[in-house]
Amino acid sequence: MGGESSFAGSSGPPPSVAPVPFEVRRTTSETPDTVTLELRPKGGAAATRFRPGQFNMLYAFGVGEAAISISGDPEEPGGYRHTVRVAGRVSQALAEATPGGVVGVRGPYGTPWPLEEAVDRDVVIVAGGLGLPPLRPLLYELLRQRPRFGRLELIYGARTPKDLVFYDEIQHWRTRNDLRFQTTVDTAGRDWYGDVGLVTARLPDARFEPSKTVAFLCGPEIMMKLTAEALLARGVPPTAIWLSMERNMKCAVGLCGHCQFGPAFVCRDGPVFRYSDVARYLAIREL
Amino acid sequence: MNENDSTATELRLADHRFFRGLDPEFLARLGERSYTRTFDPGALIVREGDPADEFLALFAGKVALEIIVPDRPRTTVQTLGPGDVLGWSWLFPPHRWRVDARAVKPTRAVGLAAGHLRSLLDGRPADGYVFLLRLLPVIAQRLENTRVQLLDLHGR
Repeated sequence: MGGESSFAGSSGPPPSVAPVPFEVRRTTSETPDTVTLELRPKGGAAATRFRPGQFNMLYAFGVGEAAISISGDPEEPGGYRHTVRVAGRVSQALAEATPGGVVGVRGPYGTPWPLEEAVDRDVVIVAGGLGLPPLRPLLYELLRQRPRFGRLELIYGARTPKDLVFYDEIQHWRTRNDLRFQTTVDTAGRDWYGDVGLVTARLPDARFEPSKTVAFLCGPEIMMKLTAEALLARGVPPTAIWLSMERNMKCAVGLCGHCQFGPAFVCRDGPVFRYSDVARYLAIREL
Repeated sequence: MNENDSTATELRLADHRFFRGLDPEFLARLGERSYTRTFDPGALIVREGDPADEFLALFAGKVALEIIVPDRPRTTVQTLGPGDVLGWSWLFPPHRWRVDARAVKPTRAVGLAAGHLRSLLDGRPADGYVFLLRLLPVIAQRLENTRVQLLDLHGR
C-alpha cells in the first residue's frame, strides 16, 4: 500500500461464517474485568494458523458474537488465546466462560502486522489499555526472530497499575536486555514506582533512529493519533507507522458494512492499516 | 540542599534540554543563583500551598506530582524525569505551589531562585520571551495530556 489509499479488498468468495465449536481449556484473570481464554477446537481438529494482528469472531452461544483479537503465540500449536475485557453482554458472557465450556469461533480474519517491514529497522511498539493483547503475538515473533531487527522499544499505558494485563509476562520482558520496556499509567497511588502520564510522554526516552524505524500502535484511537503525531514530529515517516483500528465489526467478511471506515471495511481491509493510508480519515469527525 | 559554584551549574544547565541553545550570556546570568539539589526517594520536594520560590530542572531520577483529595488516597497524576522541569507556579502570582512533588527515585536537580529568575526575565524581555517560549509548550503539553487523561480512554 502507499500513495493513494489502496486497501487490499477481497477478490474471492467470502470465507465460511459458520462458527466452529471450541472448548475453553483454561481461563486467566488478567485484571478485575479482563480475562484471557485458551481455546482448543472440539474433537481434536486443528485450529487454522493465524498471523499476529488478526482476530476471531467469538460466539457466546445464545448471547451473541464479538470480534476479539488473538493475543497468543502464533507458534503455539492447537488453538487460540483471546484476552477479553467486559464491555457488554457478549464480552461478559465470554469472560464468564469456564474450563470445559464451549464458545463458537470463526476466523482468523483481518490483515496482520507487517513483520517484514521491520527487518533491519528499529521497532517501536506503543500499546494503550487493551491494545497490548493484539500486539503480543507480534512481540512473540519479534523476540523469536530478534537478530533480524534493530532496537526494540515497547511502551505500554494503562488506566491504573491494576489495569495492566499480562503482569507476570511484563516482569519477564523487563528482564530482557534486548527489549526496552516502559510502562505508564494514567493515575496511581504511592505504591506505584513507575511512570504516570500518557504513552506519548514516554517517547522522548525511547531509543530509536527515526528514519530507520517502524512503529506499531494499538489502543484508543486518540492515543494512536497523538502517538503517530509524536512519532512524525520525531522524524518517523508516515509510511512506517502502522495501527490497528477498532470498529463495530459484525460479519467480519466485508459484507455488512458495520465497520466501514472511509473507503475501507476494518474487518476485511484492516484491522491493521498503514498510518499514511488512513490519516485523512482519522481527521474526519463523523468517521 | 547543596550549593554549587555557578560555573559548574551553568555548564549543567546548558546540558539540560530545556536550556539547551539559550544565549550563553543569558544562561550565565541564570546560573548566578542556581544550585544543585538532591532528593532521596520519598522526599517531599514541594508542598501544595507553600511558596513557589524556585524553578527546578531535573537531571536524574523520578518525581511524582501528587494531588491530595480529602478521604481519598494520595493520587499521582504525573511523573517527571530527566530533561523535565518542575512547575511554573513560581512565575505567576500568588507564587504558591498547586501540587505536591515527591521524589520516587534518587533525584538530582538544578534549582533556580524564583525571585532572581523573575527579575532576570523582567529585565531582559527578549530573553524572557525566549524563555517563555520554552516554558509554554511544557504547560500546553501537560494541559493536553490532562485532557486526554480526563477522557479515561483506558476505562470501559
